[in-house]
Formats: sequence, structure tokens, C-alpha cells
Amino acid sequence: MSEELKNRSIDPASIEMLEKAAQENIRTVFDRAEKMKPCPIGGEGSCCSICAMGPCRVPLAKGKEETPEEKTKRTGVCGATVETIAARNFVRKIAAGTASHSDHGRRVVEAFKLMAENKIKDFEVKDEQKLLNLALDLGIEIGERDNNEIALDIAKICENEFGKQEGELIFVKNAPIKRQEIWKKQGVVPRGIDREVVELMHRTHMGVDQDYKSLMLQGTRTALADGWGGSMIATELQDVMFGTPTPALSEINLGVLKEDMVNIIIHGHEPALAEMLAVLSHDPELIEYAKTKGAKGINLAGMCCTANEIMMRHGVPIAGNYLQQELAIITGAVDAMVVDVQCIMQGLQEVARCFHTKLITTDERAHITDSSFMLFDERKARESARVIIKASIDNFTNRSKNIRIPQIKTPLIAGFSHETINYLLGGLYRASYRPLNDNIINGRIRGLAGVVGCNNARTTHDSAHTLMIKELLKNDVLVLSTGCAAMAAGKAGLMLPEAAKEFCGPGLAEVCETVGIPPVLHMGACVDNSRILVAATAVVKDGGLGDDISDLPAAGAAPEWMSEKAIAIGQYFVASGVFTIFGTNWPTLGSSDFTNYLFKDMEAMYGGKWAFEPDAVKAAHLMIEHIDKKRKALGIDKARERVLYDMQMRREMEAV
Amino acid sequence: MSKIIASAAIRGAHAIVNRADSEWQLAMEKWGAKEPVGFPNTAYYLPIIYGILGIKIEKLGEMQQVIEHCKSLLPPPVKEKHHLPYLAPALDAGMATFFAEEIIEAIRYLKTPDFYTKSEDPTDENIWLGAADDIILRKRGIEFVDGTAPGFAAILGAAPNNDIAVSIAQELQQKNLYVFMCAENEGKRFSEQLVERGVQIGWPTRLVSFGPDVSAAVFAMGFATRAAMSFGGIEPGDYRKILLYNKDRVFAFAMPLGYISDEWYANAAGAVNWGFPTIADTPIPEILPTGICTYEHVVSNIPHENIVSRAIEVRGLKVAVAEVPVPVAYGPAFEGERVRGDDIYLECGGGRTQMVEWVTSKNMDEVEDGKIEVIGSEIVDVEPGSKMPLAITVEVAGREMQEDFEPILERQIHHLLNYAQGVMHIGQRDIAWLRISKTAVEKGFQLQHIGVILHAKLHQDFGRIFDKIQVTIYTEEDKVRQIVEKAKEVYATRDTRIEGMVDETTDIYYSCTLCQSFAPSHVCVISPERTGLCGSYNWMDCKAAYEISPTGSNQPVAKGETIDAKLGQWKGVNEFVAKASRGKVDHYNFYSIINDPMTTCGCCECIAAVLPVCNGVMTVNREFMDMTPCGMKFTTLAGTIGGGISTPGFVGHGKYNITQRKFLSAEGGIKRLVWMPKMLKEEIADRFNVRAKEMGTPNLLDMIADETIGVTEEEILPFLQEKGHPAVSMDPIL
Repeated sequence: MSEELKNRSIDPASIEMLEKAAQENIRTVFDRAEKMKPCPIGGEGSCCSICAMGPCRVPLAKGKEETPEEKTKRTGVCGATVETIAARNFVRKIAAGTASHSDHGRRVVEAFKLMAENKIKDFEVKDEQKLLNLALDLGIEIGERDNNEIALDIAKICENEFGKQEGELIFVKNAPIKRQEIWKKQGVVPRGIDREVVELMHRTHMGVDQDYKSLMLQGTRTALADGWGGSMIATELQDVMFGTPTPALSEINLGVLKEDMVNIIIHGHEPALAEMLAVLSHDPELIEYAKTKGAKGINLAGMCCTANEIMMRHGVPIAGNYLQQELAIITGAVDAMVVDVQCIMQGLQEVARCFHTKLITTDERAHITDSSFMLFDERKARESARVIIKASIDNFTNRSKNIRIPQIKTPLIAGFSHETINYLLGGLYRASYRPLNDNIINGRIRGLAGVVGCNNARTTHDSAHTLMIKELLKNDVLVLSTGCAAMAAGKAGLMLPEAAKEFCGPGLAEVCETVGIPPVLHMGACVDNSRILVAATAVVKDGGLGDDISDLPAAGAAPEWMSEKAIAIGQYFVASGVFTIFGTNWPTLGSSDFTNYLFKDMEAMYGGKWAFEPDAVKAAHLMIEHIDKKRKALGIDKARERVLYDMQMRREMEAV
Repeated sequence: MSKIIASAAIRGAHAIVNRADSEWQLAMEKWGAKEPVGFPNTAYYLPIIYGILGIKIEKLGEMQQVIEHCKSLLPPPVKEKHHLPYLAPALDAGMATFFAEEIIEAIRYLKTPDFYTKSEDPTDENIWLGAADDIILRKRGIEFVDGTAPGFAAILGAAPNNDIAVSIAQELQQKNLYVFMCAENEGKRFSEQLVERGVQIGWPTRLVSFGPDVSAAVFAMGFATRAAMSFGGIEPGDYRKILLYNKDRVFAFAMPLGYISDEWYANAAGAVNWGFPTIADTPIPEILPTGICTYEHVVSNIPHENIVSRAIEVRGLKVAVAEVPVPVAYGPAFEGERVRGDDIYLECGGGRTQMVEWVTSKNMDEVEDGKIEVIGSEIVDVEPGSKMPLAITVEVAGREMQEDFEPILERQIHHLLNYAQGVMHIGQRDIAWLRISKTAVEKGFQLQHIGVILHAKLHQDFGRIFDKIQVTIYTEEDKVRQIVEKAKEVYATRDTRIEGMVDETTDIYYSCTLCQSFAPSHVCVISPERTGLCGSYNWMDCKAAYEISPTGSNQPVAKGETIDAKLGQWKGVNEFVAKASRGKVDHYNFYSIINDPMTTCGCCECIAAVLPVCNGVMTVNREFMDMTPCGMKFTTLAGTIGGGISTPGFVGHGKYNITQRKFLSAEGGIKRLVWMPKMLKEEIADRFNVRAKEMGTPNLLDMIADETIGVTEEEILPFLQEKGHPAVSMDPIL
């Protein structure tokens, strides 16, 4: 294996496919990344292309210090300062990220509403308990009403969240009271999801909001409309409609593809189509049809966050994460790559052209030139899915002999929703977060870390994720993970209960052994980062660790981030009180004032702040440092005396 | 949960649920679905199933739903490789285990009705007691409530030898814990080991031999579950509250001795739901991280000499153990032990000889602290099986000492002497009765140790109200007679003074929140004419308790402005109650059963209930097990009105209170009493007749019906009419 390939990925399956690609002269994202260096001016946020007087490039001249004189030189044609330019670029990413998650959420609400109205028969309420809890939260009457009636009320309320013009988003009140007060004080409580995105786009138009602090307030409000709005709605309703995830054993990596079966990869972010494909991949009639084409059956595998959704709910194996999408096709064994929205590289079509693979786009919002478009219509979910599967089966006979599937896959346990964690920590009768809080307080668990986010071809694939997570585990930090980061951990074997002994410090290993969990908990897709917010809030509410998320010994990270969604997620984490650290590169370094604002001043406003550290191990230690700071503030940095209770102390206890 | 433990517990749960299922099916074939099933004398059905699931099992057929539920709870076995999380499934499996074992035990009562003695004590033929009935629950429950017994140890199996068994049992007794025993290890059982060594087992000595099999563990868990419902006032089916109540307030733990089978693990996993950890003597895996229990969940391989202290630490319990320098074991657990027959070395009082106990206060210079004198023969001077007269005089002195405290100190003598192993004490004053066993004498117990005990314990418990104490013990007949005479005069003066106290002229009442450890919203307020409903505390006791411990459970309550003199309601009392009940109760009346009567924790000696047809009131004492004219047994009544709520038409009270002047005075007092169990009538007859005479109806007691007349209103009404009971012609009670 060449050194060059080693720098591209730490994943042996990916390297094997990169070797195959090299032999067959197929260009992938890795090659393109090498060929084309990132634009240094855009990369630091110093390029403004908002109006046609520009684009204006305002980087700090080489070899110069940022003196006041230098700074005055660094303005756009319109006079926009470097701070304004960096801030506008930054908050526009938030707008795009929020729009993406929220549009995903909107589609879920639409399908949910159709289900509630009995207009589609292929979906139903799968988690009644969650439906009822949601109804209680939203103040919807339950009484003797049937599930769909209740669901329809929920749908209407959630639908309204997008177009609401005034008031507050309804899920904001799920946050700790103190957090809500902070948001009110800062004036960043979102009114309506769409409104915040639209206003942010307006404010960043030429000649509107030109103060970085003011821009960031709206940026924050928009990000909160993602985390406590669009994303949360998506997760909650998906759980009701498709089932709340519970732990299940599955497998991950390209080795899940099967040479003798019709391989269909479902790639993207939304679960509705994937759900239907998962159901129909067991359809006897279709399996029979596959057999007539010489295949032994239908093998559905996921990729990216759609994969997370259906693995969490159905145990469907995962073929790989973001940077493996082209590599899957290079096996030559993928008969169809079915995609919906987000993180689908156009390069797929180029790679697919080298093989028989059919790239099937399914969403009106996401066409790719030269791909096969087969609309997925929720109203005819089963039919649409059947057409797609049939087309995939038909394509099986077009396979060439050039097939090589890396025989590499790793088992993993996934499916840790907030509800499941609550159950797992105490059983049906004593479910609560108490054991988690207790063991954080007694120091067996040093703290919690959310390691999430994408892959990025500018850094070694999966390397930062695994380095960071292993460092955290070694230091007794329990890791919650979603998205492509979770997949990296899964491939590295960190999502197996056996990993606790191998990778964790003694305290964390002991807790994992007690509960029987892996040390890295897979909580779902990137839209499911809202689950982490809900879990963090549950930890706060269980008591003993302060009264706000910002009091918790916890930190967040996206060491291999690349998408605008990651920035939106990061900002809603920061605004929810979490120290959040990103790797690869940082898009505001062009402005030291604005960067300082994000990296320092925000802590005084929200209790959370941003940080940037491309070295994953160093980043892990910054997180641990932050965790220790919070432990100290809580007074749990020292061992506590065991309290023995006498009768007087029992009398003074409040009734349960 | 460690993987090994979770795997074993889940396997064990499967086995137990399967056994319950097949036993149930056999029973159904034999008896049919309508066959009544249950544990004896309880209003809590099968208490774990009732408490946790809210299901009342009264008939065999009703068990089906529980068995189905158990099956749905049973998780698949834990996989060797890449297992799914197992803590929660193992805890659920533990719950299924207890539900299934309750079914197994209930079917055993059906199949072999005499399998258990159904009594407080073992018999000569059978040592297995079975489920505690509600009388035991209430009687013993009070000890949990007031702290005399802070919890229990559930021992499974047997110690490696009898010596170790005896020493573990004794250490637990000395730490005031109950010992609940079940299951066998290598053919031995802990209860049998104790019996073999001549240790007295049974409820009175806190060594409770529940049953020979592991399934008898449900009797311990059922006891704890009932405590939450009966004293904590938690509704059946509110499983979370019941379990957390136990975690916070019932300091129990499991102590398996010997090889731990899958089924034992299943029981241990179940107990964790209640917050009860396991402390084992074998090298099983440990579960140290905290969370479901207060501290560790499983601690193992503990040497027998440390196991009791380790268990107490793991459960998070603080036990205050009195160091009393006597040659026998000492503690509340020995209070109920009996000395009889051939084992008696010395007997005093009890009608055979004269015996008297007298506490008196003296000036500081008249008392030499710690001076103990025996005047007359000591035990060493007499033969085994002797009888002697005995006078115990206790002289105390101190700046805080008041004459009023003398009877309080004097009343302590009874239990303080009983706490010594091998010493049995009954009665008080000049009707006291003492037996000392041969075993105690063999260990070196002498009469002077009575002085040692009283000096040590009275100092410890009442040190704040006196500074010095000396004890003189007389065994010479003449001396004893002289002291009896002197003491009798003092008793008469005291009685007159206490009798003379009335609520109207007393401005300070006392609260009692002793039971808040178990019934967090209940507050008693005790006035001179309304003694505590548990029968343990009168106004004077509370006053003394306050002097002794100014921040304790008994606080002075200035009664303040009178809101209603007839009903007995005062502003100051209401304010105190509102605060002390944490806002749950904002007022109650002392003298009424109809209008917002006083609350009860569930520890009351008697419960009165309105009988509308008879235009009167009945009352029943907790020892009476059968049906009463209000349609409920005592235990159902206690379950209905306990837990700190005011229930019009019902009120809890002490036995003594019946003959106090203010008893139900708002409704006409004892003239309203139309029914009492015969045993209660007999017990209080003397005082009752005095009071009845005072009320102008000297033969009232004969007009009051009891169970021999009837147990429904319809049955007793003709009797009342025939006897001309005053209630019949009084104003309508409702």
C-alpha cells in the first residue's frame, strides 16, 4: 500500500477500493481533492461574492500584522469590513444548514400528516408511547381519541412551526428553564423556522445587517430553529412513524455488499423511502424476481445518514460513510445507488458510468444530470419503492466480471435514542438517567462528549474521528455519536460492548460493563443531534449536575466536518451551552475579531463557545480540559464522602 | 450489572417463570379458575403484584395475566459475543422473578395449607412462618417507621457452619436489623442453623424464618412493598414511587451465603429495583457503579467477620449501636425474646414475689453517678430456678430534671432490660415481672448489670435532662415491701396530676413527626387529652422528648387562637400542620370523626368508623383480624386512611384515647361507641367503666356490641335498641 493511500484513509476497505480505482484509472473525490487545493481566501471567510461589485477578496496581506491601518485596507468595494464579510459567510452556512435539516423535517411532517389523515396506507403510528408523550408535551387532548386523530393534531402544530411568524418555537420549552431564560435575554428565541432562515438571508443581502454581533444573533436564532425546531420535529415524528430506535446488532463497511445478491445502496438523509425499501427488500415476490435474474436475493445496504436511520430501526447494514460513496460503486457489485437528499456527490454519476451501476435520484429537490430519476411519492410509497427495486434487479444482469468487494466489515450495536438510554439505565420500572448522573458525579465517567459530523477529503478519512474518540474513551469520557462520525467509530469497532475493556479508562469501562453498553453510543443521523440535546436536558433534569446544559461536564466536536449543516449544528450546540470544537479548517480565520467573538465572547453569552483544533488528539484534550473545568465548578472534582443515613435524615427527605 | 450476573439472572428468571407457569397450569386443572388464592390475613393481595402492577389477585384464574406479563418481561439470553445492553433486561427479569415467585408461593398456600405456621413464632414441628400478615406488618412496621429497626437483611442460604450463622445473626440483631431468611445452600439453611444452636427465632427476636426455598424471598420483598403502600400512602400500581420509596427509606439488603445459583441471581436482580444491594460471601463478580441502588449494587467475597458492617455501609445506613458493658448481647432485637420453663434461672414478680420499679429525682449532692448497689442476695448467691422479691430504684439528679420526667424514665426500664439477651421483662411499676435465663447467667449476667444497663442507656438517651444517676437493687423482702409502699403513694400522686390536665388550660401542644421517615406528609399533634394514635406517645412524653432533643421530631406547638372549641381546631396548630406536612394538610380537628378528622400515618392502635344505621361509631384494634360492622377489616381500614390523609367518617386513635375525655367529644364521646371487638372491651374495661360512670351511663360497656353480637350494622342494631344504647336516641350523627 502506498503512503499516499494511507494518507487518504485509515479504513482498509476504502484503501482497497482506492487501489482498485487507481488500477482502473477512475477518479474519485480523493483525487480531485489532491488536484485542486482549497481556495485560501474563501477558506478563511475573506471573500465576498454577495453583489456584482465584487467578488471582493480581503485577506490579510502576506507577512503583515493585523494593525488598525492594515484593517482599514481590508474592506470590500461597498466598505464592508472583514468582520462583516466573515460573519455574513458564516451565518449563510447556518441558514443553509438549518434550511436543509428543516426541509427534511417539513417532509416528515407532510408524510406524517398524510398518514394521520389516512391518505397513505403504507405508514402508521409505530411508537404509540412516544405519540402520547408528544401529545402531552404539546398540550393535545388524548382522551379516547384514536392514534391518527392525535397524530393529526400533532402534524398541524408541527406544520405551523415552519411558517409561524410570531411567538416562540414550541420545542424550545423542552430545554432547561435556565437555558430558555438565557435565550430570552439574548433575544434569540426562534419565532418560526422559515422566518428565521429568510430573515437571515435578507440580513446578509448586500447592504443590510453589517455588524458581526448583530448578524451572529440572527445566526444563533436560526441555528436554534434547526436544533430545537426543524431537526427536533424530524426526529420526534420519525420516531413516532417509523419506531423509536432500540439497540440492535448490525454490520458496517463495504464488506456488507454481497456478490451473489442484488445490491441496492440507499444513500442520503431522509428515512421514508429507505423504510419502504427496507420492508420491500424482504418481499417474497421481489426476491423471486431477483432469482429469475440469477441473483440469490436482495441485499439492501445504507450509506450516509439514511443508513443510520434504517440501521437504527431495522438493523439494515451500512456500506460506509460519506467518503465511501464512490468507493461502493467501484466494487462493481452495486446494482443501484438510490439517493434522496444531502451529501450526494455529483461525482457518483461519473464513477457509475465506469460500471453498470444505476444512480437513481428519487427526490424532486435533488436531480443529478444523467442519473435515472424515479420519483418517490409518499402517497404511493410502496409502489414507488417497488419500481425502484425492480429497476435495480433488472440491472443485475448488466454486471461485468470486474467485481471486487473488500471482505471487510465490523459488527456494531446501535440504536441509542434518548428513550432507550433512559430505559437501559434502570429497566422498565426504574428507568431514569440517575445511574449516568451518579457515575459522572462519582467520577467513574469523567464527562460526556458528542462526537459528530462528516468526512472531509482534506483530511485522512475517519482518522480524526477515531483518534479523538479513542483519546476521550481512554480518559473516561463517554461518547455519544451521530452521522458519519458514528460510522467511523463503528468501523473501528468502538460500538461493540467488548470495546469498553480495550479502549476505556477503568471507570468508564466499569460503567459500560454494568449497563452492557458500548463506550460509544450511536444516536442516529445528523438530524438526530437533537437527541443529544434531549439527552443532555434529561441529564440536567435528573439533578446533581447543575441546572443548565452549560453546567454539565460535556463537550461537542465535529473533527472532520465539511457541510453547512455542521456549522448550523455547531452553532445550536454552542447556543445551548456546549463547548464545541471543529477540525479540518475554520471558515472565519480571516477576521480575528469575529473569530474571537465565536471562540471567546460567546461563552459569556451562552456558556458555550466554538474552538478550532485540527489535531484530533489535542482537540480531545481541549474537550477534557473543559470537562474538568465544569467538574470543578460543580464541586465534583474531588472524591466525596459516602453519606450514611440515619432516621433523622430520612425524615427530612421529601416524598418521592 | 456484570455480564456474568446479568446472564445468570436472566437464565434464572426464565426457569422461575416457567415453573410458575407449569405450577399454575396444574393448579388450574385441579382447582379451576375460580379457586380463591392469596396470602393469609392481608388487604394487599399478593403484595408485589398488587403494589407494582396494581393487579388484585384473588382467584387462581386471575394469575394468567401476570404470567403473561412475566413472559413479556423475560428478555432473550445474553449473547456470548457482541451482546446487547443487559442491565435493564436483567432488572426486568428480576421483576418477573418476583411476580412468578409470588404465584408459586400463593399456589403453595393452596396446595399445602399447613406448609407455613402463619404465626409470629415457629412451632415445635415447623419453623417456616410464611408471609407476614397485616397485623405483623403494622406491629413491626412501626419499628421501621420510628427507627427502632432501620431495615432488614434478607439472608439466602446458609453459613459455612453454625457458629458463623449465630455470630452473623447476632451482629445483625445488635445493629437492630430484622433478619429475613430463606433458601438453602448445600442442604443447610440459615434458620435451621440458628435453631440447631438453640437461638430463639421468630418475629419477636427479629430472626424471621420465612421459608425453606428461595421463592420465600418474596415475603421479604412483599413486606417492603406493603410498607410503601401502608406507611408511605403510595397507591398500588404506582410502581416507580413504591420502588423509590424503598430505595430511600427501607434500608434493606440481600446477603446470599454460599453458592449463588441462577435463581438467586434472578432474585438479587429483582431486589436491585427496590434499591436493595447484594453483599455476598463468595467471589462472584462485583457491580460497583452506583445508580439504581444508592451505592454499590453487588459487593462480593466479604469475610464473614466483616460482612455485616460492610453490608450496612454499602446500603448507606447509619446505625447507632449502644455500647452497654454487660456480658450478654444487647439491642432491640432481643426485646421479644422469651425466657421460660427450664431455662429460667431467676424469676421476680409476676405474682410469685413482689417486684417494683421506681424512678425518683434527688438533689445533685444526693446522687453519685454510676453507683450501683445490690442489697440482698445476688444471682451468684441463689440456685437455678429461684424466685426472689425485687425492687429497682433509680435516683436521678440534674438541673434540667423535672418531676414530670420521672414516669417517663421509669417506663424505659421495661424495654431497656428486655434488650438484654436472656432477660425477659413484663409490666411496670409494682406489677413488673422479670426472668433471667440460665444462658445469661452462664455468660456472667448478674442483678448489678440491671444497674449497668440503666445507667448506660438512660444517660445515652436522656442525658440532656439529668446529670447523675444511681441504681439500687433490693432483693430483701422487707426492703422491697417498704419501697412498694412508698412507690404506690408516688404513683397515685402522679396519676392524679396527669388526669387533671386538660386541653383547655394547656397552651402548648407537641407535634410528633417521628413517622415522617415513612409517611412524609403525616403530622401528629398531641394534646394532654388526645394521646398519640400509635399509643406510644402522650403529651408528657413529647414534652420530655423535646427537652432531650430540641431539634427532634417532637416540637412545641403553640395552639394559638381557638377556631372551634367543640371540634378542637386551633390556628397555631393548623399553621404548624400545614408547614410540617409540606403543604399536604392545612387543618384538622382533634375531637371529631365527621369534620376533617386528624390524619394517621397508618401506625394507629385503633381505627374508629361511623356506623350511620346505628347512629354511632365503632372502633377496632389492630389485633382484631376479622370483619367489622363498617364492612372493612382493620387492615383495609388502615390501608384506606393511612399515609397522612384526613378521611371524614374515620379516625385513627390510641387505645388509651378511648377513655380520655375528649375522645370524639364533638359527636358525643364514648356514648357514640356502639361496637368494639371483645378483646378490646376486655382490655380497657376498668378505665372505660370509670369514664362511663363519669358520663352518667355506668353500664355503657355492656350496651356496646361486639363480634359475638354481630359484624354488620343490621346484626347489631336490634341489640343496641334492646339494651337502650344512648347512641340510638342521640341526634343524627351525619
